[in-house]
Amino acid sequence: MARVSLNKIVKRYGKLEVVHGIDLDIAHNEFVVLVGPSGCGKSTTLRMIAGLEELSSGDIHIGEQRVNDLPPRDRNISMVFQNYALYPHMTVAENLGFSLKIANRSEAEIDKAVAEAAEILSLGELLQRRPAELSGGQRQRVAMGRAIVRHPDVFLFDEPLSNLDAKLRAQMRVEIKKLHQRIKTTIVYVTHDQVEAMTLADRIVIMRDGYIEQQGTPLQVFENPVNTFVATFIGSPPMNLLPATIGTDTSQLRLEDGTELPVPKRLQSSVTAGQSVTFGFRADNLMPEGHGLTLGSETANFDLLINLSEPLGTETVLFGEIAGREIQAKMLNPRPVSMGETLRCQLDMSRAHLFDASTQLSLG
Amino acid sequence: MDINQQHRLKKYGLKAAHLITLFVAMSIICLPGLWIVLNSFRPTVEIMAKPPIWIPEKLSFDHYRAMFGGVGEGGVPVVRYFMNSLIISVTSTIIAILIGIAGGYAFARYRFRGKSAIFVGFMVTRAVPGVALSLPLFIVFAKVGIIDTHFGLILAYVAMNVPFSIWLIDGFFRQVPRELAEAAEIDGCTRWQAFWKVEFPVAKAGIASAAIFAFLTSWNEYALASQLTRSVFSKTMPVGLLDFTSEFTINWGGMCALAVLMIIPALILTFIVQKHLISGLTFGGIKG
Repeated sequence: MARVSLNKIVKRYGKLEVVHGIDLDIAHNEFVVLVGPSGCGKSTTLRMIAGLEELSSGDIHIGEQRVNDLPPRDRNISMVFQNYALYPHMTVAENLGFSLKIANRSEAEIDKAVAEAAEILSLGELLQRRPAELSGGQRQRVAMGRAIVRHPDVFLFDEPLSNLDAKLRAQMRVEIKKLHQRIKTTIVYVTHDQVEAMTLADRIVIMRDGYIEQQGTPLQVFENPVNTFVATFIGSPPMNLLPATIGTDTSQLRLEDGTELPVPKRLQSSVTAGQSVTFGFRADNLMPEGHGLTLGSETANFDLLINLSEPLGTETVLFGEIAGREIQAKMLNPRPVSMGETLRCQLDMSRAHLFDASTQLSLG
Repeated sequence: MDINQQHRLKKYGLKAAHLITLFVAMSIICLPGLWIVLNSFRPTVEIMAKPPIWIPEKLSFDHYRAMFGGVGEGGVPVVRYFMNSLIISVTSTIIAILIGIAGGYAFARYRFRGKSAIFVGFMVTRAVPGVALSLPLFIVFAKVGIIDTHFGLILAYVAMNVPFSIWLIDGFFRQVPRELAEAAEIDGCTRWQAFWKVEFPVAKAGIASAAIFAFLTSWNEYALASQLTRSVFSKTMPVGLLDFTSEFTINWGGMCALAVLMIIPALILTFIVQKHLISGLTFGGIKG
């Protein structure tokens, strides 16, 4: 069993504290993605799990063992680095078998393990090549192969796809997910790309400035962001946010330009009259009439002046203005939209969010 | 003439100019060497002739024969000098490179107090001309009693080579990404194994070039050696060249013959390691 648990871990560089006492429990076989903007401490956290950075305080357990003072080699982990870190003076086969060779396994055993890993990642023809002779995607696969050869308790991935082009990235994402299904192992994966996080994770952990902002399944954090940071970080395009005030009774809210909207019913009891709030809704919930929105019982109507449109094929992202702020809407079954056109749009209020204006925390 | 052809002509023209320039430059660089080799094979009359004779009329091994001959016939203890040179150069190179690896690695990987000051200090030692140190060194060595010993020269050469080796090797280790050692540690290596099995082999080419520099510096050094050696027990080959000068004459032919013997091992070594230098440079493990 390879649970990983982080208990109040802190990392300081001199006086600068970059990770502020994080608690995180990762279950056996769970795929956890740490996601956040650069400098949020996610890589540092991963490197502390790996043993490449020392903890300033706190405890890390892998399985039942406290690993704080264990060197990386005794933690039975594998890591895939952003720049792959393949050994340039060794062939692919030697790269794959290196960890077993260090462990003094027999030739036959090494060959078998290498062949097995090569088969899983279809590296068969590349075994005698050197890393310099491989393409980016191939290097990526070798790096993953090197990680699985050891049958580690925990896999660590440090932004493994960020050096690949978009198409290859999507392809490797699928391969990583398949790999996890095939070799059931605990995975901790670091990325700054929310799409990767959403598609891969059993559980997403969103970090900012050395704190965990929210954790949960991809759908949980998408549907119920705890604050405006998570709301805008997860999901593409980011959630639209507009400053607003709750009216004299709690069933109405007023935008900056005086537009009145009904407060979502589920939120009416959690707001107070006259409260300053941030009103949030996703582009997916604001659509032109007749372009795909299944109407719930709570809707609001807008005339949206279109500034810009981004056709993506199955949908078109529309850029318009509400109450003087730029917002994005979506159009399913798209038709061509011209700049300056005004479209009648419907907003599904039942899926809208309210955040406290000062704390930015969700009122839901 | 169409544009394609014009372009091709221009390309060939540039290529030819390139090769000719290279040839002229190389001729100028190689001429003294050629002159030495030539002189070692021809009689003194021809060497001293004015205007110079470029195409030798008669080649012989007379100078070599005399050099290896007895003391009375103009012989010098060549084998002795060669061994002295070899022992001193090889030993001082090995020591300097070992220290260079340790120091270069430390500078490339670790942060410590006074790092840049120490580094600048190393460079400053390079600014002092070796000859300026010969008198102080002579006095100190004489007091300690290591004048005219292998040990003395080795010590001097190690001191001379260490700063440069550290500087060069530091540069090569900087090019080796940290993640390689980290990956090795995760793969089960100790810090020490990670160094010897991954970082060292990757930087090997650079270390080899540092070793060549150190070896050639010691092998060719004359100024210090001429002060710190007295007898055949410690004289190196460059100092041995002076055996061909007497009060009124200089035996140019003999001197050139000894110089050729000096050049050969250095040349062979450079060739061997040069091949290694090129094949070793395969930094492909990280993103291209």
